[in-house]
Amino acid sequence: MRIQLASVFVDDQDKALRFYTDVLGFVTKHDIPIAGTDRWLTVVSPDSPDGTELLLEPDGHPAAKQYKDAMVSDGIPVIQFAVDDVNAEFTRLREQGVRFTQEPLEMDTVIMAVLDDTCGNLVQLVQHKGA
Amino acid sequence: MDDELFKALADPTRRRILDGLVERDGQTLFEICARLASQHGLGLSRQAISQHLAALEAAGLVRTRREGRYKFHDLNTEPLEHIVTRWLRPGPPESNP
Repeated sequence: MRIQLASVFVDDQDKALRFYTDVLGFVTKHDIPIAGTDRWLTVVSPDSPDGTELLLEPDGHPAAKQYKDAMVSDGIPVIQFAVDDVNAEFTRLREQGVRFTQEPLEMDTVIMAVLDDTCGNLVQLVQHKGA
Repeated sequence: MDDELFKALADPTRRRILDGLVERDGQTLFEICARLASQHGLGLSRQAISQHLAALEAAGLVRTRREGRYKFHDLNTEPLEHIVTRWLRPGPPESNP
């Protein structure tokens, strides 16, 4: 068994696609119209085009918004991305206006930071030291 | 307020939370939990840590700040001034419960 897809609930798929591609640097894998304006919209890492896909899923269900608000209020990220250098990403992304709720924090063997994806979610960046 | 202050300081986990806020002020609940878990091996539940934060807030040592959808916790050392003045620069005894 392998993890093929993970999802984040986004408030606007166009905005989400811009953030996850233009700002974070992922690439579009699937963009298929489904119901109404909703699309089956996934992105992947450019390093791993056949790897795990991230679904940018519309948050139309009322429970999704409640869940998102509660997570953001307590600073809890809903997904985690691995990077080679958290501090470099922090500098790069902040220059592009990305808001961090947790600046890089070094703990044991990891460095972690938490940012706002502008679509209602917090995202954690993690670097494993010595990896 | 004094009783709440001494009660808040009497707990080692709550002192650790304050230590963390000295290192970096303005932490989310998530960061406070992460720091406790990794630095001190305190595998406390989020609810337990929320209760510790409530005790620190009641003592005035921690203030929560809403910024849009985020909530941050700031250190407030003002109540500690009372401790210092009480014994190091005492006023009339009746002013201290």
